[in-house]
Amino acid sequence: MKKPKWGGQRVGAGRKCAAEPTVTVRVPASRKESIVKLVQQMKAAPTTRCPSWLTFQSLAEQPVPQMIPMMSHSVRAGFPSPADDYIEKRIDLNEELIQHREATFFLRVRGHSMIDAGIDDGDELIVDRALTPEHHRIVVAAVDGELTVKRFYQRNGVVKLLAENPQFPDIEFKNGQEMMIWGVVTKVIKSV
Amino acid sequence: MTTFALVDGNNFYVSCERVFNPQLIDKPVVVLSNNDGCAVARSQEAKALGVKMAVPWFQMQALAKKHGIIALSSNYALYADMSNRMMTVLNTFSPNQEVYSIDECFLGLDGFNEDLTAYGQVIRQHVKDWVGLPVCVGMGPTKTLAKLANHIAKKQPQWQGVCDLGGLSEAALNNLLAGVEVGEVWGVGRRIREQLIHLNIKTVLALKQADAALMGRRFSVVLQRTIMELRGVSSLRLEEVIPVRQQIMCSRSFRSPVMQYAELQQAVVSYMTRAAEKLRVQSSVSGAVHVFIRTSPFRKHDKQYSQGLTVTLLEASCHTLKLVQAGLWGLKRIYQPGYRYVKAGVILMDLAPNGLHQAALFGDNAADRSSPQLMQTVDTINRKMGKDTVFLAGAGIEKRWRMKQENKSPCYTTEWSELAVVHC
Repeated sequence: MKKPKWGGQRVGAGRKCAAEPTVTVRVPASRKESIVKLVQQMKAAPTTRCPSWLTFQSLAEQPVPQMIPMMSHSVRAGFPSPADDYIEKRIDLNEELIQHREATFFLRVRGHSMIDAGIDDGDELIVDRALTPEHHRIVVAAVDGELTVKRFYQRNGVVKLLAENPQFPDIEFKNGQEMMIWGVVTKVIKSV
Repeated sequence: MTTFALVDGNNFYVSCERVFNPQLIDKPVVVLSNNDGCAVARSQEAKALGVKMAVPWFQMQALAKKHGIIALSSNYALYADMSNRMMTVLNTFSPNQEVYSIDECFLGLDGFNEDLTAYGQVIRQHVKDWVGLPVCVGMGPTKTLAKLANHIAKKQPQWQGVCDLGGLSEAALNNLLAGVEVGEVWGVGRRIREQLIHLNIKTVLALKQADAALMGRRFSVVLQRTIMELRGVSSLRLEEVIPVRQQIMCSRSFRSPVMQYAELQQAVVSYMTRAAEKLRVQSSVSGAVHVFIRTSPFRKHDKQYSQGLTVTLLEASCHTLKLVQAGLWGLKRIYQPGYRYVKAGVILMDLAPNGLHQAALFGDNAADRSSPQLMQTVDTINRKMGKDTVFLAGAGIEKRWRMKQENKSPCYTTEWSELAVVHC
């Protein structure tokens, strides 16, 4: 008998064949998508995969930790904390002590010429380069290749850097001698 | 009219060093690349003495000795912080900013009707006052012209650091462009430059007046666009959005070649630690790590070997221990004994924001649940007490492979223990 052109087996029909036996599991509905995606990812040829011990030890050995939410105080419905209205941001020293973030630098003091101004050896200075140096302010200046901290004197065309310790000389500038004001000291940090 | 400005730090790395060490002012200074290999930045004085970029530093020793050139190891922590400060300051001059590299950025100056040259001087002075860095400002109706203007402002002192090509008459502009070599145009590299010179296009003016369509066919649409930009037709826009980093890489050359697995292992642990820190700073997790090692192509007599391997993690992580484990697993597979390795590195890939990543179905979450605190603690300690106060023992204590940085300045602005000293 001649084989009919129709009927018989259709290519691709029937149950999908898997590489390995499969089982049916119930999963939380919210997790379905991610689980399907993960299985698909694992089917797609992976690049070099870590050995399994890298990411999970055998589940049997590992006790599953229970996460219990901890409350620091009991919550009673209907009676909000009377302090709730007063919750405020904690003090931030960056905000309080620094006016121009980009122009502010910290420097460490070495020496004793400014002790009468309350600047001691080992203190840290907050220096703001954005401020204009004015007469009588404490400044950092570059003198002879060194950064130095002194009190700025500028009166009647005379510019000097004053020491705040009688044992140290002031720095006066003669013609041709170079001096560059580096920044203005705004705060002193000291350990006590 | 559209106006772009390009602001560029002069001898940027050297200038950063000079802010904290005034002794370097007016002296010939160079900053050397990683491992003290070659000069990557030169002060004006060093340039004048004939110090070339990218020439191995040991070949310059005689010259350096003769003229007392000061050579510093690179201090990228300092340069990055100074760059951040400079860019933030520049951002106050225009809300439209494209940070183009560590030391230069474009600013969009559309709608500024004032005297642009004067405005450029204000920018210059402000950056100098606030951050202590000298910059030059180039301006023009296109990015290509702004970049060229910056070059002119740098090379020709009569501009006093600010050059606005948009403010010139056509004749004056052409006159100026006729005096600038064609290789100075943004996007004209060495090969194209040679070909252009072969075609008798030697100056910027000659390129500007070349047949754009013909050059487009002969070279590329990029060059055609460059020619149009030179004529003032703007086609390159400001790219203001910096894409979130998709990869984090940490790789270094060793002080001297390394052959032992144990030393490579230390390097990989230490680089991975660094990369994982960066990963956590940007609140990301990594889904795959790449690890690579290679010998030096410059050591002609050595057997050559270069290999890398990407290891995917079942669950994305930002946990140093996990990333290190994966990295070392990869290293073990690519390591071949008998080679003289000069470089190793790790790349964290497949980055995703922390918290959005997919949990593994069979993952061991116990380790990861405790790890955020552990990693936070480690990061906090290292931030407070200095880098590498706490580290994995696997990174090695001696670190013989570590980079050669013989003359590195302190991290003046990023390490509390290394603040610049002010005398009094």
